[in-house]
Amino acid sequence: MNNKLSVRTVVAIGIGAALFFVCGRFVAIPSPVPNTNISIQYGVLAFMAAVFGPIAGALIGLIGHALIDASYGWGIWWSWVIASAVFGCLMGFGTRKMTLADGVCGKKEIIRFNLTQLVCHVLCWGVCAPVLDIIIYNEPVEKLFAQGLVAGIGNAVTTAIIGSLLCVAYAKARPQKGSLAKED
Amino acid sequence: MINIFNYIDRPSPIHRLTGATKLVCLLLWSFASMVTYDTRILALMPVAALILFGVSQIKFRDIKAVFWVTFVFMVLNNVMVYVFAPEHGVSIYGTRTVLLTIAGPYTVTAEQLFYHLNLILKYFASIPVLLLFVCTTDPSEFAASLSRIGVSYRVSYSVALALRYIPDIQRAYHDISQSQQARGVEMSKKESLVKRLKAASAILIPLILSSMDRIEVISNAMELRGFGKGKTRTWYRARAFRAADVVCMALCAALLVLAVTDTLVRGTRYYNPFI
Repeated sequence: MNNKLSVRTVVAIGIGAALFFVCGRFVAIPSPVPNTNISIQYGVLAFMAAVFGPIAGALIGLIGHALIDASYGWGIWWSWVIASAVFGCLMGFGTRKMTLADGVCGKKEIIRFNLTQLVCHVLCWGVCAPVLDIIIYNEPVEKLFAQGLVAGIGNAVTTAIIGSLLCVAYAKARPQKGSLAKED
Repeated sequence: MINIFNYIDRPSPIHRLTGATKLVCLLLWSFASMVTYDTRILALMPVAALILFGVSQIKFRDIKAVFWVTFVFMVLNNVMVYVFAPEHGVSIYGTRTVLLTIAGPYTVTAEQLFYHLNLILKYFASIPVLLLFVCTTDPSEFAASLSRIGVSYRVSYSVALALRYIPDIQRAYHDISQSQQARGVEMSKKESLVKRLKAASAILIPLILSSMDRIEVISNAMELRGFGKGKTRTWYRARAFRAADVVCMALCAALLVLAVTDTLVRGTRYYNPFI
């Protein structure tokens, strides 16, 4: 797998993780449930995964989230860090067919992006994070699913708004594929 | 720029260990604290961590802020566990000793209190070591350590890039945020949540688009210098293992083995004083 990482992906992972960190650490909006922020970094992660693919998505989630936890000092919450990585990975797979880099981002792409992110969020925060928490910490199931639910809904809403806006803005800034015509 | 990772440079035996050693120890220790719920082992780990803090010459005032954040986090988490499942301890330990009845389903049982004690010990077993790692490991050495423990050097280099560009992106975010606010973008609590999210994206879009350009520039520069052509890579900050490194890793490995065998031999993760 690692042999296939291109230089561009390596750099995208580094810069993506730094973006994820800055968004998660300095732009957090508190939610009613303790220890759970409504955070905009998942919009960024979904967008980066859509542009750079599943491996980049997984590693951006993994590195970015681990760095955020390490800098807060409340212990690396491995269950949630892994859930972030899984989200990035699934998101990369789900949006494989999107060609944002060619400047294509119409209604169809936005719908595909949002359906994928919804499914991925449900899988990660509704299944992956609570199950890992049960295995590692054996906290009560009800509490973990409540946390997962709030985090999942918050993340899905922020991803829908911020992720979609980012996709449109990025596609607009890219040159359209086939926009240059050869002169006869 | 502010020191986000709180690295504190002091002359101590722990600082002299290589980054790779500390990373391996952190991972082994974390796994041990995740595997076990045995009160005796969980009680041993915070004591050992305290001793390590003494050795590392990190003072309490260095980590005071972080400590209180963690403390509040822990209290809230415990309150939530109790609110959602006041009988969780009973279902784990199998007996029910009511000490006090508050109202409705909310009774205080000895089992529940014991479960909370274990939960708190679990935090104290895992969090101080991470703090210690963050305080005593130079971030620049971290990528070299990752590569040393077998992570592909491309991935290690990504981590190095992330650490290198966090301050830059933070600065860019700050600049963009201020210039957008000067143009009237409102992000304070006066606005509704959806409006605030839209305002956040007015800052994010320039930030992301400029970062995408940055990715192109950096990857071109790295490509020109032949990054990724060789099978391995050397690191300026890498250091060789010494005797102390080997001893530390062996001790942490022993801790993990203890936690795992304890679980396997007794057939349960819990230490049950009620039967």
